[in-house]
Amino acid sequence: MTAILKLDHLNVIYPTAGEPVRALDNICIEFQPEEFVVALGASGCGKTTLLNVMAGFINPSSGTIALKDKPIHGPGKDRGVVFQKHALLPWLNVLENVEFGLKIQGVGKAERRAIALDNLNLVGLGDFGSHPIYQLSGGMQQRVGLARALTSDPEILLMDEPLGALDAFTRESMQELILKVWDKTHKTVFFITHSIEEALFMATRLVVMSPRPGRITHQYDLDFCRKFIAGTDTRAIKSSQDFIKIREEILAIIHGEEEEVM
Amino acid sequence: MMDLFTKSRKKPDSAVDSFGAPGGGKSMMISAVTVVILLFSWWLVTKLALVKPLFLPSPADVFGKFEKIACTRFYLEEIWVYFGLVEENAVECAGFSDSTLLEHTMWSLYRVFTAFFLAVITAVPIGVSMGMHRISRGVFDPMIEFYRPIPPLAYLPLIIIWFGIGDSAKIILIYLSCFAPLAINARAGVRSVSIEQIHAAYSMGATKSQVIWHVVLKAALPEILTGMRIAIAFGWTTLVAAEMVAAKSGLGVMVLNAARFLATDIVFLGIVVIGIVAFFFDLLMRWIERTLVPWKGKV
Repeated sequence: MTAILKLDHLNVIYPTAGEPVRALDNICIEFQPEEFVVALGASGCGKTTLLNVMAGFINPSSGTIALKDKPIHGPGKDRGVVFQKHALLPWLNVLENVEFGLKIQGVGKAERRAIALDNLNLVGLGDFGSHPIYQLSGGMQQRVGLARALTSDPEILLMDEPLGALDAFTRESMQELILKVWDKTHKTVFFITHSIEEALFMATRLVVMSPRPGRITHQYDLDFCRKFIAGTDTRAIKSSQDFIKIREEILAIIHGEEEEVM
Repeated sequence: MMDLFTKSRKKPDSAVDSFGAPGGGKSMMISAVTVVILLFSWWLVTKLALVKPLFLPSPADVFGKFEKIACTRFYLEEIWVYFGLVEENAVECAGFSDSTLLEHTMWSLYRVFTAFFLAVITAVPIGVSMGMHRISRGVFDPMIEFYRPIPPLAYLPLIIIWFGIGDSAKIILIYLSCFAPLAINARAGVRSVSIEQIHAAYSMGATKSQVIWHVVLKAALPEILTGMRIAIAFGWTTLVAAEMVAAKSGLGVMVLNAARFLATDIVFLGIVVIGIVAFFFDLLMRWIERTLVPWKGKV
């Protein structure tokens, strides 16, 4: 299998007045097709920088990044991004937001409407096409953001703490929704979160990152999300012995690092 | 009636104001009553002759002058003549300073709106480019920031020396007073675009010009419209100054000439007309704002 996205010896160094900050230190990681990779780590560990490099918003200081063996220079429609704040365009209604990418790519009206509507149905908002986005709840806005990112049919979905601003209940149902969408669309996903539970529940591969310098310290292959797709109840997964055991293990890693720094 | 003044928490439309939010409730009725009380006190003070008409003419005097200067009967007669109902317009029309109120108003509207229109089509693109490019910002920023705080009256003589005493000098003066707020607000509007929205557009395959057209300009629109509201108010403020020199007609001329003859009632009339025109233009701008940018303040 060829990797969808490959990062090789990637460094990002921010110049500052004093000591330059090593935001990302020697990152090597590959994304295989249909993987759900979750990056977890404390603030300042470089997860958002990593996502921005993958999206093409930041140029790495050294190292290479390639999408299906082609080097990446700048952002493109082959990588769909879902932002922490929804970043939808308030002068367009829900459907117009979702079809926006196809519109600027020059796709005809009937065709792009049909694709946009399919994606809205996928996130359960088929009936909300004509609503202004500022009348939607935070969870619904993020679902529109997801539908919009899917509309250009990207190779990989990059999600930067998309559930960070939602309340706990909405957050759980959004986790389930994202997994169902992932299962139906067979997309490769890179997902950033602060929440250990969320990371464990959603990831096929968990990447634990640590700050100063930002680097990958541990990787775990997980299958809790596959159990959910197979029909196991979310509560049952999250309260299972396996889940709790690995949760405590990762908590210990992250706490351990903090004490090291102190 | 009384519940129009009390801020009832039981009524559904005031329930959206959360407890302690500053400035909640409706103020329309209160404003209407304030205006009525002001007009009434004006009438009362002049009726009781507490102040000489030279300082404060009565509402009736001002309205009487309106009838005389506006020549409403003359214009009505003109319409009859046009439709062939009357042979000849026999009504005398004096006006003031050789023009009727309508002519004065039209001249001022022409000057203010020509200047405003020219300012919009030049200052908005310049403001947007100042927000987008450092070179443009570097070039225009010192010029705008230098002249912006100078009162138009101070550079009026220079404008006259350069451009003469014709209409172009007046329009340029008003143009300059409109230019700065338009450019500064357009620039601020561009800077207020969220970087996530721009990133989102790029990651959907947008080109730079598509980002500017579909994202930056749309996001800047609320502030551009705010700039237009401020600019037109500046324009009206500068109008009287612009018409001080060698203008034959215009509301500013009317007011200045009336002051020379101590015709206070006409001064009042001119002020009221300028106020009313400016007020209705502001209403129009607010309506445009609600129609074009309904999302303003909601995201």
